[in-house]
Amino acid sequence: MRRLGPGLVLALAAGLAFLYLPIVALVAYSFNASRLVTVWGGFSTRWYGALLGNQPLLDAAWLSLRLATVSATLATVLGTLAALALARHRRFAGRALFSGLVLAPLVMPEVVTGLSLLLMFVAADVERGFWTVTVAHATFGMGFACIVVQARLSGFDRSLEEAAQDLGATPLVTFATVTLPLIVPGVAAAWMLAFTLSLDDLVIASFTTGPGATTLPMRLYSAVRLGVSPEINAACTLMIATVASVVIAASLLLKREDRVRG
Amino acid sequence: MTGTTGRLRRLAVAIPYLWLLAFTLAPFAIVLRLSLSDADTALPPYAPHFEGFSGLGDFLAALDLENFRLLADDGLYWGSYLASLRIAGLTTLFALAIGYPLAYAMASAPRRWQGVLLVAVILPFWTSFLIRVYAWIGILRPDGLLDGALMALGLTSEPLRLLNTEAAVLIGMVYSYLPFMVLPLFTTLQKLDRTLLEAAADLGAKPSHAFLTVTLPLSLPGILAGTALVFIPAVGEFVIPDLLGGPDTAMIGKVLWTEFFSNRDWPLASAVAVVLLLVLVLPLALLQRARLARGGAP
Repeated sequence: MRRLGPGLVLALAAGLAFLYLPIVALVAYSFNASRLVTVWGGFSTRWYGALLGNQPLLDAAWLSLRLATVSATLATVLGTLAALALARHRRFAGRALFSGLVLAPLVMPEVVTGLSLLLMFVAADVERGFWTVTVAHATFGMGFACIVVQARLSGFDRSLEEAAQDLGATPLVTFATVTLPLIVPGVAAAWMLAFTLSLDDLVIASFTTGPGATTLPMRLYSAVRLGVSPEINAACTLMIATVASVVIAASLLLKREDRVRG
Repeated sequence: MTGTTGRLRRLAVAIPYLWLLAFTLAPFAIVLRLSLSDADTALPPYAPHFEGFSGLGDFLAALDLENFRLLADDGLYWGSYLASLRIAGLTTLFALAIGYPLAYAMASAPRRWQGVLLVAVILPFWTSFLIRVYAWIGILRPDGLLDGALMALGLTSEPLRLLNTEAAVLIGMVYSYLPFMVLPLFTTLQKLDRTLLEAAADLGAKPSHAFLTVTLPLSLPGILAGTALVFIPAVGEFVIPDLLGGPDTAMIGKVLWTEFFSNRDWPLASAVAVVLLLVLVLPLALLQRARLARGGAP
């Protein structure tokens, strides 16, 4: 059994403190009765109550959730297909271009992605709103989904697919009963990543949205620019709690799955 | 291979391929085209002036380097590109300085702890980026948490006024991008063969010497991956300099945003985007070529 020396324990503690102190402070002050950030006015949940009356914020949250669900699903389907294409086809026309385009969102600054997609929507004379943001997020998420699924595919035993085909399974049946179940953890992780990226995105959404489609980050951003407010702290705390419980549940699930599979 | 298999396989490639051509390549082409247009022929709403994809001949005839000349002549833009590269470089250095010991400690921890530590480092990354930047406003602003704590401890006698300075931007950037540095470092260090360190120790190397000659060179792929993952998005960052920086923090992402949304100069914003891409992608492409030329692994 290895043991950590005092230096490493310190590095670990300092690193984790740096990562968590801002979040802890934000959560703590969301329960502050006082409006002032510097003054502790006692414990209160009044800002959570105020939040429930903030209809524009709730609308934005609902829009963001719908948008993230649709775009993550599109991104996962496209990203999985792209990963399969790259893993299974050693050569096809324009393979280098294809892999370059898939990886573009990882290298491109968001302002450039947002600007270029907007200019294209304008050129194609498409009305901007829910669907333009969805397409933009799906394109952006697809690259990340592709990487995650590719990682899962790299440890894939091809002989299982060949066995199914030898036993007479059609390609579609092979895919549904052999390939997909084996890569499902990767596909699920890809969906979650694409979902979070969409839910989190401010820059690309700001470029590609239209009137009437204001996402949660856009709403938060304009509120934050006006200054620190306990109501926003409460909204942020709820978002942190949601994400944390989903991530913890998912990692416990994946861990159990790994143990079952040995 | 049967006919259906072939068709299915072609379809599996064609769908994502067509999507990428339509939503990644075509938009680039349009940015490039617009960056070569005059502001007055492309003022918003500029859709009527754009003849679509058919008028390619007129397209090429109307090319104009005016915007790029402006970028080259005006010191504001040069300054912003340089400031972005400098801030991104400093962010990468600080993230490495904090992230390496953290990743090293994680990789050295007992196995059953590693999973928990990994989730602990990733968890802030999964919570909204905007929220994490916002949390720093509450800490850094005058009479915020940091000033309050420092003054209560008697370390400072007056507010530091960190918010709206470059220091605040750096803190926010290092904080936001730290997980991107830690994850590849952790993966590399975890895979490191520890018998090599034992061998070094057996041969009489001091721990510090073994670290410098064995661990550090072997973790170089992780350092490079982390550096790329932090540096590249940091150059084009918009949200952090906008929320934590002051009026004098002119990073290029913010300049592009302002040219587009405030000045409504779409062609100039496009030119800024094209140069930003060249600054970021050209070195990467050259690096990739050099690697392929050496015949090394990708």
